[in-house]
Amino acid sequence: MIQRSLIILFMTVIAAFLIAPIIIVLGISVNDGRQLYFPPEGFSLHWYQAMATESDWRASIEYSLLIAAVAGLVAVSVALPLAYALWRYGMLYAKILFGFGVTPFMLPPVITALGFMTFWATTGNYGQIENVMIAHGMFLVTLPLMTIALGLESTDRSVVEAARTMGASESTVFRTIILPLIRPYIISGYAFVFVLSLNEYIIAFMVAGFTVETLPIRIFNSLRYGYTPLMAAVAVLFVAIAVVVFGLFARFGNLPRLLGRWEPDK
Amino acid sequence: MTTARRSWAPIGLLSYPTLMLGVFFLIPFGIMFATSFFERDPIAFYRPAFVFDQYARLATSLFIDHLLFSLYLAVFVSVISIGLAFPFTYLLTRMRLRTQTLWLVFVLSVLSLSEVIVGFSWSMLLSRTAGLSNVLVWLGILEEAVAWAPSFGAVVVGYLYLTLPYTVLILYPPLSRIDPELTEAARTLGASPLRAFFNVVIPSTRTPIIASMILVFVFTLGVFLIPNLLGRPRHWTLSVLITDQAVYQSNPPFAAALAVFLLATSAALILITLWLSRRKRVATT
Repeated sequence: MIQRSLIILFMTVIAAFLIAPIIIVLGISVNDGRQLYFPPEGFSLHWYQAMATESDWRASIEYSLLIAAVAGLVAVSVALPLAYALWRYGMLYAKILFGFGVTPFMLPPVITALGFMTFWATTGNYGQIENVMIAHGMFLVTLPLMTIALGLESTDRSVVEAARTMGASESTVFRTIILPLIRPYIISGYAFVFVLSLNEYIIAFMVAGFTVETLPIRIFNSLRYGYTPLMAAVAVLFVAIAVVVFGLFARFGNLPRLLGRWEPDK
Repeated sequence: MTTARRSWAPIGLLSYPTLMLGVFFLIPFGIMFATSFFERDPIAFYRPAFVFDQYARLATSLFIDHLLFSLYLAVFVSVISIGLAFPFTYLLTRMRLRTQTLWLVFVLSVLSLSEVIVGFSWSMLLSRTAGLSNVLVWLGILEEAVAWAPSFGAVVVGYLYLTLPYTVLILYPPLSRIDPELTEAARTLGASPLRAFFNVVIPSTRTPIIASMILVFVFTLGVFLIPNLLGRPRHWTLSVLITDQAVYQSNPPFAAALAVFLLATSAALILITLWLSRRKRVATT
């Protein structure tokens, strides 16, 4: 009995710790005035409206969404053939490439950021929006690699062999059997990249921070030059996007399995 | 015909990933490595050369102070993180699948929060005007509101907020593998749930604990904005120092030398983790 209430207390404390910043951001975002107060003074949603009307914030939102959308495509386009080749042919070379794909994500991001910064400084293409798209895509390629590999792992190889024996070509097998089976894993890989790219700061800052102000960069800059509740409203928007995306995973997929929960064979 | 096509298919599949990873991973890292041997140039940022000046600067106190602080902070934070996340994740894996899913959505959402937002909201929570200390004043515990940031404690809290969800997700797969029959057996033999946890669960997961601790340690080395937003300049870590040198001090060669050092340290640690988990796999099969 005591043990049970201790467990509940422990879980509650952790939950409170994790949710506290979200609550304060939510509170600040509905402040009526320009000052940051908590609890809020007056209630108003006009900071949410301001996201759309203040042109520089709106530009940042558009940059961030565009970068995240393209970065997701870059990551999936590299991850899909690589993960598939590894699963289908299991060559050492594919394994090595896979290792390269997983490496940047495991290292401190500042290393990738500096690598890309010197790269584009050398090629004379510093400060372009494409730089951020590619850098995010390559940094986050780990996520679709992992989800797609997981999807392929749970695919029955004998189905492929059967189709091959019946005369289906490699590309037909891929299009008609593999692709439909792993589609949810491709989508979740894409969504992971999308959400993390939206929130990424240091790489975006170092490859194009002075010309392409993504939302995290703009928030950081306005932290130095004066706070406004507008940044809290933007933060709430970000949290909402993450909750919706991961909520959709949970609704339409098996989130525990996607995150590595071991399930005994039925 | 079929065999010929079969042998060409993997090459076709892998040519595009090879190109992308070659151009946008190996070449940038190579250029960064080369830059670390360049000379600093006040006008053009750097001048191609082959000197060890930048690495020699690693022996200066500027670097050593930040390095020691980074390591100290990383050890401190990863130990607390594992200490909190381990029991939490263990309890999580014992819950109903539906409840687990809800928690995971929450943990993932927190994990994906931008460091900027985390730093900003904790600087609010720890501030004098809008922070938690006002609640304590209202409860009568404190005399008057105080500012808790910037300080070392604030930096630790910010770090923990970032590492906790990460640690939970790293520990989730190995802990969900623990056979419930194991603890049930211990319970049947008369052990209390707490004793079963300490005598059965923890020993059987020693390898994932060590592996997770290393991964959290490396993750902590990469945190960049928290020391900036919640700490003072003496709380700067290597990541902050690298960015400062590259962007604000216009000294890419020194930043590159620092990054190469950080890369070598992290890579060595990650290799140890991989080796540990491989050894474990061999042992269980």
